[in-house]
Formats: sequence, structure tokens, C-alpha cells
Amino acid sequence: MAAAPNTAHRVAYTINGVIRVATVEPGVTLLDLLREEFDLTGTKKGCDHGQCGACTVLMNGHRINSCLVLAVSRSGSVVTTIEGIGTSDGLHPLQEAFVKHDALQCGYCTPGQICSAIGLISEGTAKTRDEIREGMSGNLCRCGAYTGIVDAIEEVMAAVSDAESLP
Amino acid sequence: MKRFTYVRAVSIDQAIESLSVHPDAKLLAGGTNLVDLMKYDVATPTTIIDINDLPLREISETADGGLRIGALVTNSDVAVHPSVARHYPLLASAILAGASAQLRNAATVAGNLMQRTRCSYFYDVLTPCNKRAPGSGCPARPGLNRNHAILGASELCVATHPSDMCVALAAIGATIIVQGPNGLRAIPLADFHRLPGDAPEKDTTLFGNEVILGIELPPVLEHHRYSYLKIRDRLSYAFAIVSAAVWLTIDDEAAISTAQIALGGVAHKPWRNTAAEALLIGRPASRVNFEQFASMLLSGAVALSENDFKIDLARRTVVRALEQAASRTPQSQSDKRIH
Amino acid sequence: MDQEQTVTGKSIFRIDGPPKVRGEAKYAAEYKVPDLLHAYVVTASIAKGRILSIDLSAARQFPGVVEILSHKNRPWFWPVSFLYKDAAGPPGKPFMPLYDDRVHFSGQPVALVIAESYEAARDAAALVGVTYKAEPHATDLARSPAFIPRKHRIGVAPVPHPTGDADRAFASAPVKIEAAYTTSPENHHPMELFATTVEWGDNIVTVYDKTQSPKSVELFLKVAFRLIGRKVRVVSSYVGGGFGLGLRPQQSVFLAVMAAKSLKRSVRLVLPRDHMFALGYRANTVQTVSLAADEKGRLQAIRHKAIAATSQFEDAQDPILLFSASLYRCDNVKLNYELAKLDTVSPCDMRAPGAATGMFALESAMDELAYALGADPLALRLTNYTERDQSENRPFSSKALRECYAQGSERFGWDKRSHAPRSMREDKELIGWGMATGAWEAAMSPAPARAEVRLRSDGKFEVTSSITDIGTGTYTILSQIAADELETPIERIVVRLGDSALPFNPIQGGSWTAATSGAAVQSACRKLKAKITSQAKKAGVLDRRPGTELLSASALADLLKLRRGGELSATGTMFSPPFGKRFSSATHAAVFAEVRVDEELSVVRVTRIVCAVAAGRILNPTTARSQIIGATVMGIGKALHEDTAYDHNLGRCMAHSFGDYHIPSNADVYDIDVVFVDETDTQVSPLGVKGVGEIGVVAVAPAIANAIFHATGQRMRDLPITIDRLARARSRAS
Repeated sequence: MAAAPNTAHRVAYTINGVIRVATVEPGVTLLDLLREEFDLTGTKKGCDHGQCGACTVLMNGHRINSCLVLAVSRSGSVVTTIEGIGTSDGLHPLQEAFVKHDALQCGYCTPGQICSAIGLISEGTAKTRDEIREGMSGNLCRCGAYTGIVDAIEEVMAAVSDAESLP
Repeated sequence: MKRFTYVRAVSIDQAIESLSVHPDAKLLAGGTNLVDLMKYDVATPTTIIDINDLPLREISETADGGLRIGALVTNSDVAVHPSVARHYPLLASAILAGASAQLRNAATVAGNLMQRTRCSYFYDVLTPCNKRAPGSGCPARPGLNRNHAILGASELCVATHPSDMCVALAAIGATIIVQGPNGLRAIPLADFHRLPGDAPEKDTTLFGNEVILGIELPPVLEHHRYSYLKIRDRLSYAFAIVSAAVWLTIDDEAAISTAQIALGGVAHKPWRNTAAEALLIGRPASRVNFEQFASMLLSGAVALSENDFKIDLARRTVVRALEQAASRTPQSQSDKRIH
Repeated sequence: MDQEQTVTGKSIFRIDGPPKVRGEAKYAAEYKVPDLLHAYVVTASIAKGRILSIDLSAARQFPGVVEILSHKNRPWFWPVSFLYKDAAGPPGKPFMPLYDDRVHFSGQPVALVIAESYEAARDAAALVGVTYKAEPHATDLARSPAFIPRKHRIGVAPVPHPTGDADRAFASAPVKIEAAYTTSPENHHPMELFATTVEWGDNIVTVYDKTQSPKSVELFLKVAFRLIGRKVRVVSSYVGGGFGLGLRPQQSVFLAVMAAKSLKRSVRLVLPRDHMFALGYRANTVQTVSLAADEKGRLQAIRHKAIAATSQFEDAQDPILLFSASLYRCDNVKLNYELAKLDTVSPCDMRAPGAATGMFALESAMDELAYALGADPLALRLTNYTERDQSENRPFSSKALRECYAQGSERFGWDKRSHAPRSMREDKELIGWGMATGAWEAAMSPAPARAEVRLRSDGKFEVTSSITDIGTGTYTILSQIAADELETPIERIVVRLGDSALPFNPIQGGSWTAATSGAAVQSACRKLKAKITSQAKKAGVLDRRPGTELLSASALADLLKLRRGGELSATGTMFSPPFGKRFSSATHAAVFAEVRVDEELSVVRVTRIVCAVAAGRILNPTTARSQIIGATVMGIGKALHEDTAYDHNLGRCMAHSFGDYHIPSNADVYDIDVVFVDETDTQVSPLGVKGVGEIGVVAVAPAIANAIFHATGQRMRDLPITIDRLARARSRAS
């Protein structure tokens, strides 16, 4: 169990369906691993302390702040980043709705907002606008696109529940 | 971030042994506070013991009809668990009042218990802080203390405990189950966090080589009434200025039969006054009684240069939360209207 | 092309939306560069003094560390400060990181660690030990002596001259109010961290930077770092917000290029969030406003005095009083503008700099006057409405503020308001309705702007300009302008921006980009269209039916074939208009706000805002609306949350994160309704555009403060209106 400080560790993640391996020092976060090592820069660094949500990814299906995860700790996890949402030729319904409702301006918080919204919808607890607002409050947007973000999510949630209620 | 050795514990015994060998080691669970503190060089462990493989993710009923929640259950999983939502909605509500969905998905029960203060001096290694660097001084006392302690503070430290979950646990009367080299120990939540006194660097009564296994909630309280009311600087995603957790029962004669009330954001630990609570028993659930209780709860409060408003605000928050609980209209954590 | 087919003025989806929602848009820290080093800044813990020693022994031994720069071993600098001046800099000596042993502000960079990995740089930086000789510092505006700035900041409208005799008029007027207001320092905090990636080459230095002006960063770097012989290219294709903090070349680009130059290596520097508090701030102020009126509410005197914070080394100046002399009809106006020097970094323009701060005081005072008169606050504004800019004695190029009042108040339902404070209530909440007027300059860039458009061999038109899109919608509106000018579908327009190698544009600021860069694009397109038409005519490929596009795809292909692959292009230039002296030009807004206040607990919710805006021609209602909504959200933050807290004992900003410095979260924002009123303006700019980037923020804080007064009867004169301030006001009143 003993190891020298900063010994590099082998980690493996399934990222957007692809197994990616890397050798990391223990102080490397999942966020920095994604951005610097795997060049998946769609996941953003906005505060690096879990206070803005720009780094939100889905880990094993749950939205989390990747800036506060030591990469070495969660090796083996399945991670979805914004690059894994939508297909090469088509946008995910939430991505489409974000464009349609102009739920973004500078775009920097947007990947985190979308990953967070996917998490919110799959959690299934938010139904009302108040609940969407509260559920999305872990994603700050300095451009102030919140009303568009809520509109976009509300629209996609309605479509999802319509689809579920089909016979 | 200080360089550290990363090890992964495969058993509870091994984690305890590692802690004994490396006195400045830290246990890593969700990491939402520890990694944050390490990036600021506030936490500088030379060894990180990752306990995420330990079998502490269960929620199960206890023999006496309570609930046992494993140390590594995430805050989100606690909040949505059917037994918690049904029998301990105060706990679910308090958890949902804290942090963000992302943080709750990663943060664990044990990590939440071990959360450290958000005092901005504590977080800034270029300033003095008796909690971070014992003996260096407390700039908050003569400086920015708008959101610091009004109860139980010491000359050396005026920091507050930031957790919402712990405030609910204090009201419910939870017990922390820990294991050390000499076996298991049960610590009532009220005794788990400590006041700063002359050792503000110590947040809890946990020994350095003990591992939290989980928490136990007391047997289900039938006909409970509750509310968790949190006042903060914006309507979500902010630490409390003041919060109140109310756990109440009222009997058939409209008299209070159980009164367990805790305050958050006001002290180095969730704040309860059982003597004041006892005076509520048998009395009608009326505003005048609530106000009397609140005054007693806050009777020892002392203001710093900027936080005088917190004393009155805490009083009012407790009264409102009691009213909400009594009338079975607990505070919603998404509808921000306060009833 | 007929009106049906034009795209300008229509709601086109943001064309940079898809790359942004896919996470494909690349920001400054996201360019993959071979052999890259990473840098991390060590900052000062004292506010004023000297660096006595820097102990690098532990940090130098840290694995992966390549170099540590400080004032002791930094590369040679020009010893004269004017060579470090930038286009947006105020009078004074610009701050130069690692210049000497002087500490000017807490959080100032004192060393730069450069290492093979981000983690190594970060972790070694913590091992750098610095000792200081501290000197007495001043960071408290209230305790610092004020002075009238000696040198006026170029590019900022001067304080209007006094008119009439305000003191006498005030003394003799029957109704008057006088009150002091304060505003806290605020930080811009775009979500993207300030970052620079320098790709160092022997001949070409490519700098991916977070800036609102690639061109001024390029010019700055060439001079400051003596890179004249090299090609310096600054790329900022996508910028994750700016709000003014990117108007000047920032510490990040300075330090990253310094490191790259001294090591002749590529370097990336990403500043952490806590460091962004030390890059610049919206100046905090102490203001006094006195207003006097006759019994009918006609203004007899306006006196407005502002003292604003600045640094010791620069006299930052904002047009705080810009509208105090021109917004309302009043013959007696006296304005005083002073600064007070603090041991902080220099203030830096932040969204509607000056106006957002000054109008808080003026518009709060107008509300106070309305209540002193027993008049409706909106009626008081209408009583004092002016069609002329009295301070400059000239007309406005256009002014549809009256329409803003009318449409905004109707949308809001203002006529259902009961006048008395504390007269509206629902459940446990007091309800308050407040309003305020907003104004901001409708300017064009004083420096000329250029754009190029070329017909590519694939039949697409490529529009290029060095201007950035900081989230404002510049890509989109320039595409729309080009599509209409070239009479071609917008799908055939490609816009490339944010690159100093592209045609010159000044900074993206002052809300002037749409008017300025838009006009340059318009001019380029017109020239190209003339070229194409004449060449197509000559070649006999012009196949024009009414209502069709300029050239059909086949005609274009024929034309390009005839040119044997050679491309057609044209450059357009926009010079600032000569008619500026004959007209005053401004955007206007009327903001109506509803707050719900739980008085017992001092909790405020801003449940409804209607913002009616007159901003000339709106090129794209979708992106323009987003600008107004976003500025409104920032206004909510200014009103209720944002305060860069200083510990004056330590002289240190103690806000380090989004945990200490609250900006509005999603839960804080309810309904925001935006109305653009029709305003045709043929004078203000070639496109009739006034700009919408800043007007949205100006009136929000006073409207909310006035609404809180209406709800509670408490006049809140200090921003932000936090729970403690409300609680104290309540307890004072009871």
C-alpha cells in the first residue's frame, strides 16, 4: 500500500463510449485530465472549486463537478462529456433547444449547463419552472441566459414526458 | 496542492491502520470539500487514503426502527431514499437546501459531517487564521465577520459550521458510528462537532485514526412535523446566513409533544438548546411560545462588529420555521416563497 | 431583394450556437500546442510595500519546474511606462507585472512559476516564499482623500459643465431632497478564466488570448515586448464573456508572453478565479444627489457629486455623471466628479461603466423626489422629459424614451400600482413596484474599423474582421448584414472574427461593435457587390430576376470559372462619423421591477422585470433580447448580491471565489420581459444601430431599490441591498 509521493497512477475511463487510459499524478483532477490529456476541452474550467458548474460532466449517469474529482480516485467510471452528446451530424434535443431559445451567449458555461440539464431530466424530480431553476442553480451563467436555459429545458422535458406517455 | 501519496483502502481495518501510520493523512470520499481545500493549500495531507471501495454505501433499517445510512452514501441518494423522504423529510429537505445537485451527487454523508468552515480567512493561506495555522491570529474578529458566529465562539475563532445536513441531523438526534483501533464508538451528533475554544483547529471529537462508518437515525417519529428554513445571500447555491431545522410533534390536545430544533450558520456546530426545547413541551404551538423559545435559544448570542443582524434574524427564522412545521407547510426548497 | 427576404432585423438563431452547444468552440486555453509549458502566478499578500526576498529553493527543486520569474530575473523591460499604454488605459502608469520590488496591491503577481505541467506549476508556486516590508495602506474609500483628476481620460465623455445656479435654485425651491448613496466594488467575472496560450515560433508568435481586442493586444505586445520584427498574431475566435475586463491587455497575456519570450518556448497561463479579483473592478463610489422641484414637479436644480475609487498608479475614470445633466429638463445643474486613490489594482470598465453606478444614485433620488412631491415616479419623469440634450445644447439623433415609458409601463401594468409604500401585500410578502430610467452612449468607435469580404472558390462569401464576439452575437449580426448587402442566403455567408491578422478593428466595447464593425462589413459588401455586378455583366453571366439573389449558384460558378479560380474581394472601412457634434446620441430604457420582500426575514425576490429599450435599429431581436436579459441579470446582482469585500486591516480583497462573491444563480431570476420600441435613427450610424450591450444594466439596480422602497418603506441607498442592510433598516424603522 505504500508508494512514493506523487507516484503516477494508471487510470482508465470510458469516456463517451471509448476506453481512454492515462498515467496521472494523484493531484490531477478529472477536469484537467479531460482537457489537457484527452483534449476534450468542451468541459470547461470556470472556477476549479465546485462553485460554478462549468465543468459538469455525467459520471456513471450522474452530473458531477469534474474539477473536484481526483482522476486517480474514480478510475473505471463511465463519463459522458459534451463531446459525447448528440451525434456527429445531429444535435441532441437539448442542444437544439439551447440554440432555439438562445440559452447561451458567450458559450463558456453552456456545455456544463447541457450536461447538468441531462442529469436533471434523468433524475426526474424537477417538474415545474421553480424546480428547474433550483435544479439548475449549480450552473452559473454570467451572461445571464437563465430564462432561455429554463425555457429550453422545459420544452425538452415536456417532449420527453409526451414520449413516455405514448401508448 | 501539496504533493501527496495516494493509497486506496480495501478494508475498514486497513483504512484505520493507515491513519495510525500516517497521522496527517486524510480520508478521501466524495472529495467535494477536501480537493477544494487541497487546491487552496489549506489542506496539505501527505497521504490520501481513498475509501471509496469500502462497503459503506448501504441504507438499512436498524433493529429499533431507525435508519442507518452508510458513510459513503451520497447526499443525493440520502435525500431521495424513500425511507428518508417518508420518515425523515427534514433531513431530505436540509440536504436539498445545500450546495448544488452536482455537489450533492458526489458529496457523501461522512464528507458532509467533516465539512470545514467557509470562513474566507480560513480559505486564504496568505492571511492569518487560528483554525488553519494555530497561533497565527484571527483577522475575522476585527475584520470581515458579517457571516460569522454569534453563539459559542471563542477569542481565537469565530468560524461557523457550513453544513445544512448536520443541522437536520442535530434536530433529529442522529448518532455517528465510528470505528477506531479499539473498535466501534457511537457519538451523538451533538457531541460530534465541537466549539472552537482554545483549539479551533479541531472541528470534531473524532480521533485521528477513526473512520466514520455511518449515521444512525432514531426510530421513526410518528406524526412528525418539520421544516428546514435557510436564509442566504442569494436564493440558491449559497451557504446559510442562518438556517433552522424544526422537528416537532403536536398531540391531540394541540400541545407540543416533541420539540427538537437546531440552528445552522450561527456557531461552530449546529446549535441546540435542549433546556429551551423542554419548556415548549406541553404548551400550545403558538407564535408567542415560539418567540419565547427563540429568545431563549439565542439568549447567549454575542455579536461581532458586523453580524449583529444575525441574532435577530436567527430568532425570526426559528419562529417562522416553527410556524411552518406546526402548520404542516414545511419550506419548499424550490419554491422560494417563504410561507 | 424585398423586405420579405432580408434577414437583418429578423430573429436568426445565433450562428455560433451549434459549435458552442457541442463544446467545439475553442477558447484561449484550449488550443493544442506542441511542447507546451504551463505557468502559475504567485501573488502578494500585502497591499503596499516592498518585496524583501523571494525564496525559490523549494520551488526550483520541484519536479517539472523549468523557470521561475520575478522582478529579479525577468527579461528586460522598457523603463518608460508610456510604451505600455493600451487603447483603453486611463492616465497614469500602467501596471507592469514583475517590474520591480514594489507592491501596489494585494494579489499583485510577484513571481511566475513555469513548469512542464499545470499541476507542477501550481504546486511549485505554493512553495515560493516571499517576504515583504509592508507600508501603511489605504483601501477604504470612505477614509481616503478625494481629488479632481488632473488629466482627463481619453475616450471618456468629460463631466458636463455646470449650467445656471444650482445652489441658489436648490435653496429656494419648495420641494427638495438630498441624499448620499454608495456602491460597492464589483467584479466582472466572465465565466471563462483569463487565459493565454502562447505558441512561440522564431518568426511567428501566435497568442491565443482572452481579450475584447486582439488588435490592441497585438500592438501592445509588439511594443512592450519588442517583438516588432516578428509577426505577432493574436487569436480570440471565441471569448467566454468579457464585460469590460478584456478591454485592456491583461496580466495573463503580459506574463505568458514574458515567459514565452524569455524561455523561447510555448507557454499557457490560466489565471485562477481568485486572481480575477485582482485584474480590475467596477469602481466603488460615494455619491450625493440633491434634487429640487417646484410644486408641479418641474426640476429646478440637480446637484450630483461622485467620488470614485482608483488605484495609486492610474486615474481610472468612468462617466458616472454622464446623464445627470442631460436625462431631464433642468436649467440648473452642478456636477462634481472626484477620485480617491486606493492601494488596489486599477478599476476597469465594467458593463455601462459609470452610468450603471451614477444612474443608481440619480434614479433613486428621482424616486425620492417623487415621494416628496406625492407624485407618481413615472409621471415625474414625464414631467421632466426633454427632447434636447441641455448639457450640450443640441438635439438627440433620436430619442424614443417616451415610448419606452409607455410600452414598458403598459406591459408591466404600472397603472394598477398603488402609490403608498407598504400598500401591496400577498401572504407574508410585501410587494413593491419600482421603476427607473436607463441611458447609455450610442457611439461609434472613435478609431476606424475595417472588414473584408471575399467570394471564395466554393461560392461562399467570407467576411473577416479582427473584432471579437464575446457572446454578444457579433458573428450572427455580421452574417445578417452581409447576407442582405450581398443579396444572398445567409447560409452562403461565412464569418471569421477574433484574429488580429484579419482586418483592423478596435476594441469590442462601448456597445459600438454592431454599429462600427457592422458598417465596415456593409461597406465592404457594397464594394464587392459592385465589383461582382460589373464583372458578371462583362462576362455575361448576370442572370437577374427581380426578387432573386444577386447571383444564382450557377452564375456564380460561371463567374468564378471565368476568373480561373481567382477570388474577388473588397475591403470596407468605417471612419467615425463627422456629424457627432450636431447631435447627442444615446440609447434609452425604462425598467419596471416587481419585488417581493419577506420583511420579517429580510429576503427579497425580484419576481418580474419589464425592460423597454430604445436602441435604434435592432439587427437581431433574438440576440439583442438576450443581451438585455443578460444585462438585467447582472443588474439584479448589482442590486442585491455583488460586493467585492475588502478587509481594510489587511488591505486585501477577501472575496476569492463564487462562494464569497455571489452573482445571481438561476433561482434568483424569474420573469424578464424585453420590449424593443421602434426607433428610427438615420443619424447615429450608417446602419441606424445604437448598440444593446450595456443599456440593459443601467436602470435595473435603481428600479429594484425603488421597488424595495415601495414594498417596505425603507429607502436603501447602499448597494448591494443585502439581508443585513435590510434587516438593519427595518430595525431602525421600528
